[in-house]
Amino acid sequence: MDRVAVVGASMTRFGERGAWLRDLLAEAGDACLDDAGVEPGEVDHLYVSNMASGEFEGQTGVPNMLAHDLGMIGAYTQRVDQTSSSGGAGIYAAWQSVASGASDLTMLVGGEKMTHRSTGEATDVIASLTHPVEYKHGVTLPSFAGLTARLYLDEYDAPRESLAAVAAKNHKNGVDNPHAQFRKEVSEQEILDSPIVADPLRLYDFCPITDGSAALMFCPESVAAEYTDDYTVVAGVGGATDTHVVHEREDPTTMGGVVDSSADAYEMADMGPEDVDVAELHDMFTILEVLQLEDLGFAEKGEGWRLAPDGVTTRDGDLPVNTSGGLKSKGHPLGASGVAQAYELHQQLTGEAGKRQVDADVGLACNVGGFGNCVTTTILEAQ
Amino acid sequence: MKAHRCPNDHLTYPGHERCPECGEHQTDTVSLEDRVGKVVTWTTSTATPPGVRQPNHLAIVEFDVDGQAVRALGQLTTNDVELGDDVEPVHVDRLRDPGIREEASQEWDGYRFRPV
Repeated sequence: MDRVAVVGASMTRFGERGAWLRDLLAEAGDACLDDAGVEPGEVDHLYVSNMASGEFEGQTGVPNMLAHDLGMIGAYTQRVDQTSSSGGAGIYAAWQSVASGASDLTMLVGGEKMTHRSTGEATDVIASLTHPVEYKHGVTLPSFAGLTARLYLDEYDAPRESLAAVAAKNHKNGVDNPHAQFRKEVSEQEILDSPIVADPLRLYDFCPITDGSAALMFCPESVAAEYTDDYTVVAGVGGATDTHVVHEREDPTTMGGVVDSSADAYEMADMGPEDVDVAELHDMFTILEVLQLEDLGFAEKGEGWRLAPDGVTTRDGDLPVNTSGGLKSKGHPLGASGVAQAYELHQQLTGEAGKRQVDADVGLACNVGGFGNCVTTTILEAQ
Repeated sequence: MKAHRCPNDHLTYPGHERCPECGEHQTDTVSLEDRVGKVVTWTTSTATPPGVRQPNHLAIVEFDVDGQAVRALGQLTTNDVELGDDVEPVHVDRLRDPGIREEASQEWDGYRFRPV
């Protein structure tokens, strides 16, 4: 079977942006067309990953709007919403469209506009993904992180400092990412002294609220060289759900969607965790990076907390994780994040990551929706 | 606060159209309201959305129903708890104001957990 290649990638600056979603998506989409050297009229399918444009700014019908603005009228369009993992789900949809032969050229644009809302309002929009028996208690996604972190630290006798090491590492990586929302180092002590948000987690254990957009261009591998010499290939992709109601999970410290989606991606790629050179993980909260390291097979259960303090996941470590700065410092515009993870891998695998460059032929991105409710894992391979 | 049971004796809270374990329809309910449960984990959320008390103490609590474990998330009356503590549900008429969600779309009363 002809595999699916990525022949173009772009992302906007993440952070507090004056632009609304329409302009953010157009900015990333326009740059992606240029990067791939594609004329708008050539694009068969256009997918837009976005969680909540209706709730955030009262704008729906976004994919059709973007097709018109980018000169792609006539293209098939579709919105992909899978909460925080909308971007990864968009990669899955874009891959399907090309792998099935339905499209010869597919563009995926992910984006979200959030910062015009207060932290409380944005938190409520995101919390609206919960079940009614959860929502009525005022639970938020950060609360789930606090509940899980307390149990994890207790069960595996892990030091609180190990989570601070994750945040410090990702902030350090973000300094060298010109697209990142925060480009400053934060010390472990500053993290441990920051205000409590969801006990035992503190402000710097959490990603910020962010505006931004990112885009990718997909085509069959057999024609990729017609567009560029520097393409990557989707070696594997998988998606899976876990329980919607978080407390119904048998082991709250295991993310079943991460386990299942990565198993599918590894199988398709005929690879295992030992083949991965660089990873972008969904560090919406520091504890999530630790759980993903375990559930993706990079560490034994209960041992994932050791990787950041031991230097395994730093840029010069054996498995650099979140060279982009992660959601933690790069920012987390919901629908854009999964696409931006793949953007970072694409830059790394094509040797375009600048100061963040690591030696890598295979990259893995794990994009987590809800609190592990729905997850996609993508494996990109260099050519 | 009722757990739902299918013919194969799987128990869930809340109920679902089909049993998550075996796919059968759930046919029976068991009240958790007069039982004592154990704190599996807890947190205090200080950044709460509009309509939610601040700070908001929350716990996941495990009940033993005839040898079967079933869990529920709920507010705590206090943050003076530790993992494994015994708690009991106390009814509250309104746990929060609706926020972004339509008021009529769901119930807003429920049970808060109090240390025994």
